[in-house]
Amino acid sequence: MSEQTSAPGFSPRSPVEPPQAPAQKKTLFSLDNRYIAPAFITCILLASHLSFGILESYQKTLLAIVTSIGLELVLGRIFFHKWVHPASAYITGISVGILVRSPAFWPYALCSAISITSKYVLRVKGRHIWNPSNFGISVMLFLASETVATLSIQWGNYLLPMLVIWALGSVIIWRLRRFHITGIYVASFLAFAFVRSWMTGSPWQSEIAPITGPMYQLFIFFMITDPKTTVRSKRGQCLVVFLVALFEMVLRLYQVVYAPFYALFVVGPTAMLIEIWLESRRANAAIRTVAL
Amino acid sequence: MTANRIARAVLVLFFIALLATPFVIKRISSGRDVDMSRADAKTALARHGFYLEEVSQAAGITFVHQSPKLDPKLDPIMPEVASMGASVSIVDFDRDGWPDIYVTNSAIGSKNALYRNMHDGTFKDVAGELGIADVNQPGTGVSTGAVWGDYDNDGYEDLFLIKWGRPELFHNDQGHGFTRVTEQAGLPPWINANTAIWIDYDGDGLLDLFVGGYYSEDIDLWHLTTTRIMPESFEYAKNGGRKYLFHNLGNGKFEEVSSKVGINSRRWALAAAAADLRGTGHPDLFVANDYGVSELYFNDGKQFHEVGEQTGVGFAPKSGMNTAFGDILNQGRYSVYVSNISEDGILIQGNNLWVPKENTTGDAVKYQNLARDFGVELGGWSFGAQFGDLNNDGTLDLYLTNGYISLDRNRSYWYDFSKVAGGNSTIIGDAKNWPAFEGRSLSGYQSKRVWLNDGAGKFVDVAQAVGATDTYDGRSVALVDLWNSGVLDVVVANQNGPLLIYKNTVAPGNEWIEFELEGTNSNHGGSNRSAIGAQVTLFWNGQQQVQEVSGGSGFAAENDRRLHFGLGRNPHIEKAVIRWPSGKVQTIDQPAVNQLHKMKEPA
Repeated sequence: MSEQTSAPGFSPRSPVEPPQAPAQKKTLFSLDNRYIAPAFITCILLASHLSFGILESYQKTLLAIVTSIGLELVLGRIFFHKWVHPASAYITGISVGILVRSPAFWPYALCSAISITSKYVLRVKGRHIWNPSNFGISVMLFLASETVATLSIQWGNYLLPMLVIWALGSVIIWRLRRFHITGIYVASFLAFAFVRSWMTGSPWQSEIAPITGPMYQLFIFFMITDPKTTVRSKRGQCLVVFLVALFEMVLRLYQVVYAPFYALFVVGPTAMLIEIWLESRRANAAIRTVAL
Repeated sequence: MTANRIARAVLVLFFIALLATPFVIKRISSGRDVDMSRADAKTALARHGFYLEEVSQAAGITFVHQSPKLDPKLDPIMPEVASMGASVSIVDFDRDGWPDIYVTNSAIGSKNALYRNMHDGTFKDVAGELGIADVNQPGTGVSTGAVWGDYDNDGYEDLFLIKWGRPELFHNDQGHGFTRVTEQAGLPPWINANTAIWIDYDGDGLLDLFVGGYYSEDIDLWHLTTTRIMPESFEYAKNGGRKYLFHNLGNGKFEEVSSKVGINSRRWALAAAAADLRGTGHPDLFVANDYGVSELYFNDGKQFHEVGEQTGVGFAPKSGMNTAFGDILNQGRYSVYVSNISEDGILIQGNNLWVPKENTTGDAVKYQNLARDFGVELGGWSFGAQFGDLNNDGTLDLYLTNGYISLDRNRSYWYDFSKVAGGNSTIIGDAKNWPAFEGRSLSGYQSKRVWLNDGAGKFVDVAQAVGATDTYDGRSVALVDLWNSGVLDVVVANQNGPLLIYKNTVAPGNEWIEFELEGTNSNHGGSNRSAIGAQVTLFWNGQQQVQEVSGGSGFAAENDRRLHFGLGRNPHIEKAVIRWPSGKVQTIDQPAVNQLHKMKEPA
């Protein structure tokens, strides 16, 4: 599950990335992979809005999506000389539209703009290292806290919608071969929740409460699984997401409200940089070997 | 290559500009909507046309509210679950022409107070001698609000006491004492409510009573059988208290008719108010709910129809804590102010100012939230608010009190609050799952808002400049001309804090007019004696402003029954049109300014 955060051709897929599923297994989900995430997040949005009316304003969500796609198209045209597929920008826009909560309109446009632009500016050796919406939302929370908060208590706090989203999300993410990321994160979060409960004396129910909320559903299905901003090896992905959960626990012990966003904001790029550095070393060593 | 480099440089500059945008917006808006400077009286008078001076001690008022202590099972989160109960209502209980003040207390054994206006700037608590002080006895619950209305049309305002516990109705014995008539009236044995209003919903000249439950009525908060008493959701909760509409039968008895007339809700009501929003002659009912959307009930005189979504006010769920009506644009139409929660970087609900859209009237009226455009959106953890012309310039201003729980200044409960609030209903609905408060604050020590209306769609916060500088945990606000001086003073009830009296001084030059209305036709199906629901539309200097006599508004509050209009300088009043609840229309041509006009409904 991903924001597919690079333009096609800009960041070639790694040879170690999991191969595409065999053709015969695609019958269940005949949709092209890059449409699955947008379709899923759209379903979440529509279902939650039709059942609970989560969108205070269609216009705000629309503004976030339009800004995101529009900027992606413009920047892609300028820097890659082609029309970039809008699926990634659509997910970024809709994530911003759901996760950002503000009575004003401008934070939606600004957050989308920062998210998309970050992909083109903050790059190391041809790869961008922050998940776009994670970067945009974290920056907005840092810089515009008097106007912006994030989704916390929408779509009802009820069990059934949560189970439906989790079940559907798990199936889809399994199809995309990234369930291990979500699974490791959830297991780590739950384990650390009990550790926090033991350390702080808070009821364990209060420590696991956040992951039962809608903000986490977007976080675990869309942000931490982004293939373009996660390391390439499966083992590395498991380690990184475990470290995200660990750092999140540390932040939670310091009562940081948006601990998951900030944990991913710090750990994700750090892991990416380490991987890029290691790859660079390996490449240099290979060159030296060939030269010898 | 060069073009590519230029493009990248432009892109980086663009990115930096995006990151700088919040700072620019903050800088632009900070100087526009707030006057943060503390000014002396002279400067405030010159700059804003009025000044507030807190005079409770000088006025002989030493009341300090006490919160309830509920079942020990709730001890870990007691500050949160026992965070309401302070209220203030204005009444001239003895008809001496001077407004008096009634305030509630909320600890078991604590006393409510009725401050009689002594006409000399001081007040004297007479609640004990009149029999309405000792109303928080063990086993009966505690007071959370009070509203006054002359339910038997004998000319004296009677008292309905809102409680978490046994609601009480006290008959006013011609200003000499009060007789408890709860059982005779047929009221239920227990309601956990924070709001009630007097309303003559069917226009029969008898005041009816709406009561909005908060906690479910089958919960005794002092003897819990379960800790599953919390809302099932923080935005979609429907497990609160039921609603009541007590129809006045005219013989001292009331009949509960809420289901019969179409009011069926278990949302967590915190603030109700009624006004004729469509010009039908029937009061419509607006209910601000905690943990959910607001409800608006159109009233056709017999039935109520919930039209929250249809009108636009019942779509986005927030934490509604106030309902106040005000004709803020002097157009003869009411806007509705609903307070909510805003905490930087954590929860930005924003308060709602529901302004009727142009070209929508009657049953087709639609509202849009213009709180941000008008500058009255962010008020912290907002509670009670009231509209009133504080500087007599001819436009309605807005006084807002706020602040939830002020304990340790350096430690906040917000993290734990947000952690649990976002969780599943099975977790948040049970009080035992909530982390202990341990002396922490939750949106405490907040600065109040006094928003001055420029009449053209902008409000500017001048609270600090005009002297509203307290930081108590404000709950209830009432506006009243306490000393019959032609200005609106402000009375604020604070949770676990003192009752504050802000005496208002208005700069010379701006003029005013006040109306005191009394219905007289009650025996013939006409207006109730309190004139609740009567409207006065004042036409002056080419503009108009409408105000309505209210049976309760704001949060757990009731303003003075008299209607106060500021007029600005050199006003030329064309007429005042009174529309009585009976439907009679009375026009007063060119009423004199700077006077209180006592009007009786014509036969």
